[in-house]
Amino acid sequence: MEIFGVPSALLGSQLLVGLINGSFYAILSLGLAIIFGLLNIINFTHGAQYMMGAFVAWIALNKLGINYWVALLLAPLAVGALGVLIERTMLRKLYKLDHLYGLLLTFGLALIFEGIFRDQYGISGQSYPVPELLQGGVNLGFMFLPIYRGWVVVAALTVCFATWFIIEKTKLGAYLRAGTENPQMVQALGINVPLLITFTYGFGVALAAFAGVLAAPIYQVSPLMGSNLIIVVFAVVVIGGMGSIMGSILTGIGLGLIEGLTRVFYPEASAVVVFVIMVIVLLVRPAGLFGKA
Amino acid sequence: MNNTNSMFARATPLLFGALFVIGLIAPFAVYPTFLMKILCFGLFACAFNLLLGFVGLLSFGHAAFLGSAGYICGMLVRDMGVTPEVGIIGGTLAAGALGWVFGVLAIRRTGIYFAMITLALSQMVYFVVLQWKATGGEDGLQGVPRGHLFGLIDLSNNIAMYYLVFAVFCIGFFIIYRTIHSPFGQILKAIRENEPRAISLGYDVAKFKLLAFVLSASLAGMAGATKTLVFQLASLTDVHWHMSGEVVLMTLLGGLGTILGPLVGAATIVSLQTELADSVGSWVTVIMGAIFVICVLLFRRGIVGELQALIQRAGIR
Repeated sequence: MEIFGVPSALLGSQLLVGLINGSFYAILSLGLAIIFGLLNIINFTHGAQYMMGAFVAWIALNKLGINYWVALLLAPLAVGALGVLIERTMLRKLYKLDHLYGLLLTFGLALIFEGIFRDQYGISGQSYPVPELLQGGVNLGFMFLPIYRGWVVVAALTVCFATWFIIEKTKLGAYLRAGTENPQMVQALGINVPLLITFTYGFGVALAAFAGVLAAPIYQVSPLMGSNLIIVVFAVVVIGGMGSIMGSILTGIGLGLIEGLTRVFYPEASAVVVFVIMVIVLLVRPAGLFGKA
Repeated sequence: MNNTNSMFARATPLLFGALFVIGLIAPFAVYPTFLMKILCFGLFACAFNLLLGFVGLLSFGHAAFLGSAGYICGMLVRDMGVTPEVGIIGGTLAAGALGWVFGVLAIRRTGIYFAMITLALSQMVYFVVLQWKATGGEDGLQGVPRGHLFGLIDLSNNIAMYYLVFAVFCIGFFIIYRTIHSPFGQILKAIRENEPRAISLGYDVAKFKLLAFVLSASLAGMAGATKTLVFQLASLTDVHWHMSGEVVLMTLLGGLGTILGPLVGAATIVSLQTELADSVGSWVTVIMGAIFVICVLLFRRGIVGELQALIQRAGIR
């Protein structure tokens, strides 16, 4: 079976890879957007925290014998706790300064984390086995679907939409949105805004670590896995704008799919296609697709 | 306050004169290649500081200008056989053109978005350099000859090469100094301090930002082209985002918005890297990150900024 002269199996598998990448873009840009909304900081450490999520899972399995399912819960908690510590001890001191200092601080932290892991594990990747329950695949007729990859998409999207639900539909989310609009007023109404900020940063970071655990069995677990990804995610954020949660999710998935299609039809451009789209969006709609001007 | 300012004004020519003399005799005391590296990165950081320190724009993609100018210069000199000065000019112009493209796109957004856009664009340049055949991909552009300056002076001599680098640095530094102290520079500072006010005074802020961006990119390119001649190599490290981070660190450590800070920062970082490279291996990255964190949390004025504050306090007393 062929579509536009391309075997459907190839098209299908690249679209699946695109969907997986898109899910990661969605989770990561979602985390960035939540953190930016309340802290006004672009969290450059996000990529390193994604990497650490994968490494916590790897270390847990190989050194402590803790399986994938526990790691899926443990890694976000551990990396999120580290995030809380970072917010309490460092980021907190920068809120009154120019936003750029937050970017620079988190960039420095990213270098530190990356350097430590590179010293310990080198730059070659470690492989993480696919959990037993999700091994194998199903033949869908037009393509072969490895079960684990299907699971990644489902899990990532579930977490994305759960986050959207919490922020848009619950009371906690209402506090958060109010805090984004006017922190002084929310504080005056008796809500502990500093605590809310700490929690938000921890949660955003935990999302990155969760994505890292999901990614561990698909990609090699390597110290550099986050830094290249995070730059693409920055472009995704510029394209989507950080104003809307659903916007971040849709932009992430859409761009992942476009990247997958590019890999089929014009592979040379697949590494830059997201950046090219960013350029076009900047020319046509500078505020981003979902951004407020 | 006025007193100390005029004191600075009187001391400045003396200080620059002394530094110039030190620059002239330095290659007889210190290994010239090391000095050339410091001067190249010093100019790179000064060019970057023109944008961050004096217009308040954080570009996280300046490696693209350093690197692409290096590659263009290398190709011109090695593959087309032009003389070194033409190579440097070619690299500078190419970086300026690239800077115009970056600038037009990035100044559509401000603050944090500006940083992210420049970073993403420079990553695009990185991929182009990586995949394009003419740049040698992972190997980089190797075996670039230093050639003969104006077809006359043999630059394979390290001392001759040093004086060329020193001259390039002085030209670049002078351009930056003049820019900062010109009416144009005053407008840039006004934009940094209060952009809406500058707009309401009738300045075409976007145009000024773009001009500053192109100037900064060109000078970063000049540093990159010269660096390629010094090391006879243009490599992927020069276009990688790590390099963009490094120049931010040099500027921050030396002193944001000070005229000499970036040079001091570049000298410190280059020396540190040279010292540490053998002894600690991959911990260099960790140490650079730690310096970043310390600078941001405790040392935001940088070395030169702290010194100036110290002198000022002493002057008031």
